[in-house]
Amino acid sequence: MTTQQESPVSAVISIQVENESGALARVIGLFSGRGYNIESLTVAPVDETRHQSRINVVTTAVPRVLEQIRAQVERLVPVYRVAVMTRQDPHVAREMALVKVIASGERRADALRIAQAFRAHPVDASATSFVFELTGATDKLDAFIDLMRPLGLAEVSRTGVAAIARGAAIL
Amino acid sequence: MNAASHQTDLKPHTTGTDSSVVLTGAEVLLRVLAEQGVEVIFGYPGGAVLPIYDAIFRQNAIRHVLVRHEQAAVHAAEAYARSTGKVGVVLVTSGPGATNTVTGLLDAMLDSVPVVCFSGQVGVPLIGTDAFQEADTTGITRPATKYNYLIRRPEDVASCVHEAFHIARSGRPGPVLVDLPKNLMVGPAPYSAPPRTPHPSYQPQTEPGRDVIARAVTAMKQGRRPLFYIGGGIINAGPEASAALRRLVEKTGFPCTSTLMGLGAMPAGDRRFLGMLGMHGTYEANMATHGCDVLIALGSRFDDRVTGRLDAFSPGSFKIHADIDPSQINKIVPVNVGIVGDARRVIEMMLEEWDCTPANPGQPIDLASWWHQINEWRAVNSLGFTQDMAPEAIIRPQYAIRRLHELATATGRDTYVSTEVGQHQMWAAQHFGFDRPNRWLTSGGLGTMGYGLPAAVGAQIAHPDALVIDIAGEASTLMNIQELSTIAQYRLPVKVFILNNQYMGMVRQWQQLLHESRYSESYSAALPDFVRLAESFHGRGLRATCMGELDGVIEEMLAHPGPVVADICVAQEENCYPMIPSGAPHNQMLLGPDQDDEISAEGRMLV
Ligand SMILES: Cc1ncc(C[n+]2csc(CCOP(=O)(O)OP(=O)(O)O)c2C)c(N)n1
Ligand SMILES: [Mg+2]
Repeated sequence: MTTQQESPVSAVISIQVENESGALARVIGLFSGRGYNIESLTVAPVDETRHQSRINVVTTAVPRVLEQIRAQVERLVPVYRVAVMTRQDPHVAREMALVKVIASGERRADALRIAQAFRAHPVDASATSFVFELTGATDKLDAFIDLMRPLGLAEVSRTGVAAIARGAAIL
Repeated sequence: MNAASHQTDLKPHTTGTDSSVVLTGAEVLLRVLAEQGVEVIFGYPGGAVLPIYDAIFRQNAIRHVLVRHEQAAVHAAEAYARSTGKVGVVLVTSGPGATNTVTGLLDAMLDSVPVVCFSGQVGVPLIGTDAFQEADTTGITRPATKYNYLIRRPEDVASCVHEAFHIARSGRPGPVLVDLPKNLMVGPAPYSAPPRTPHPSYQPQTEPGRDVIARAVTAMKQGRRPLFYIGGGIINAGPEASAALRRLVEKTGFPCTSTLMGLGAMPAGDRRFLGMLGMHGTYEANMATHGCDVLIALGSRFDDRVTGRLDAFSPGSFKIHADIDPSQINKIVPVNVGIVGDARRVIEMMLEEWDCTPANPGQPIDLASWWHQINEWRAVNSLGFTQDMAPEAIIRPQYAIRRLHELATATGRDTYVSTEVGQHQMWAAQHFGFDRPNRWLTSGGLGTMGYGLPAAVGAQIAHPDALVIDIAGEASTLMNIQELSTIAQYRLPVKVFILNNQYMGMVRQWQQLLHESRYSESYSAALPDFVRLAESFHGRGLRATCMGELDGVIEEMLAHPGPVVADICVAQEENCYPMIPSGAPHNQMLLGPDQDDEISAEGRMLV
């Protein structure tokens, strides 16, 4: 146990759980009950034959608390495995956003141009609006949304982060 | 479901599944219980569990004990479990029956007690409709249980119930709740044997790693001022763990202190035992914790009642922590060696390793100066008090417990002590010497007033011939006083020993020390006459008002073959010492009333 770096770091906690009713409630109840924050949350079945789902929670905490979160989540009965991925652990973390922009004239053209630069795809368009689909790291999504704000940003729906380790390592 | 199934013999069939007989869900439940070795259920009936009660009525293998409140059912089951090492079983109805168990379940959770609680639920089609006595029981109890189930399909009844027992008793034990919709209990359900394959996701580690044990023992051998700090995990690991601990303490020659939950693992009178540590621990235990250079925590969890001010807890010691629950290691106090495993195995492997690891090259461990220091601390006699022995003198609560211990020991009977929560609980821990594990039943983690009386019920049901005493406070006793009726019904010879100070003494003490003696709502006004109360519940009531009456009352209580409530009128404003005030380190204990003004401002903020 090192106490040197006690500043909070951002981490994705990836949790492989039994796909049962209540498993998600157990995990998020643990977070709220013990005062850990949840910045984003994703959950979906990932292995139909073995009835397993994957939950990804983004949180920020000092390393010692991250270790405690891992241990607390790991001891939940329906949890198979837990990985804590911080900046130091090679991993890929992505989320998807659907961004609605209501604009006309020059602002409409600007929005399209910026979307192209970000590789955001217009998945719906009307005379006055666009819905862009954008996938990427959280900060890329944040940047795109910030740029859309003065151009008529109307609504955002984000998935939260899904993460996986790089290389051959598996959870 | 057919009428013929009601005639089914519920005794477990020895030959696995018998597909020719159609059982109802309730019958399957009882069969699984019998197979799990259940002998007694503590429960209370109601609409949603009528089919289960009907199945209970038609069998003889399992006994049902009718409590008078569902919370009491859980505490009784906890004490049954703690005093036997078996799983305690509870059965309650839906809605209010289930919500009444929540305090008990959380109590079992915090003290790691294996309990399986079955709650009735409205029929599956009615779930989510706000039906009569419907509650989201699994939602409500999720943070109060190790695990819980809402069974929705008949084919899950047997497998979930088997699994519930496995989860409750394995790893770090705890409460498991199984919510049983009524229609599943009435309709047919297939029986299945306990699964042979391990649980897919839940596989607690019980066997410690050799390497960490070796590192721990190497450090232990280098210690000049070592100390064992043991906890309830030793009790949970079974009597063999306590026996192994005694060998380890003897072999190493190290001093040993214990948490509230670990009392009895070491004999109270052992020369190497320093008594309890923590807020109301002994001076020698706390000073040794503060001053040791190797601290070996076994089945304990650095609770705040133990550590006091964290940044000053055992400063400078090399810390070894063994626990069956990996999440306890480094949770509160960063340690140098963390060991995950069952306490018994950890200790046994430490014993083996001790013989293999050479002592420090050249110099055998010399603990003489450490023991010399400890004996100086011991000489302070921090549990000392003076009792005026005149017949008309006021009884001091500590003396009453010491006398109770002496006279109970003199009976030669196997004795189980439960407590309520408050000063009397701490005095019981300090002054009633426990020499064997599983004899001390107290609510540690949750500190639940009202635990002791139902706990005494559970212990007496488990040990009908033993002496079972609830050392109680007058306020706590009233929290589950209805259990006197259970005690009467089953003719349980439980002794309720009330240290009646007419105050919520522990609250009053804190108000005196922290709030300038403003005794806000802590006076026990309008108390019942406990003697006549006992009589109205068909028991014997006794009272001692002064020293001259104490021995006589205790002797009569111990000699009486039936239930007794002894109202011991004790000094009203006695405080529990020694005490580490909140926010203070271990080496700044208050030994007595002269030092009361030393509590810091931050200390006042803590509980
Ligand atoms: C259910 C519950 N409510 C409140 C408390 C807070 N509390 C702790 S000790 C205590 C007073 C207990 O009084 P009594 O039973 O007379 O014991 P004494 O301290 O006088 O020995 C109270 C109110 C508690 N522990 N449990
Ligand atoms: Mg009192």
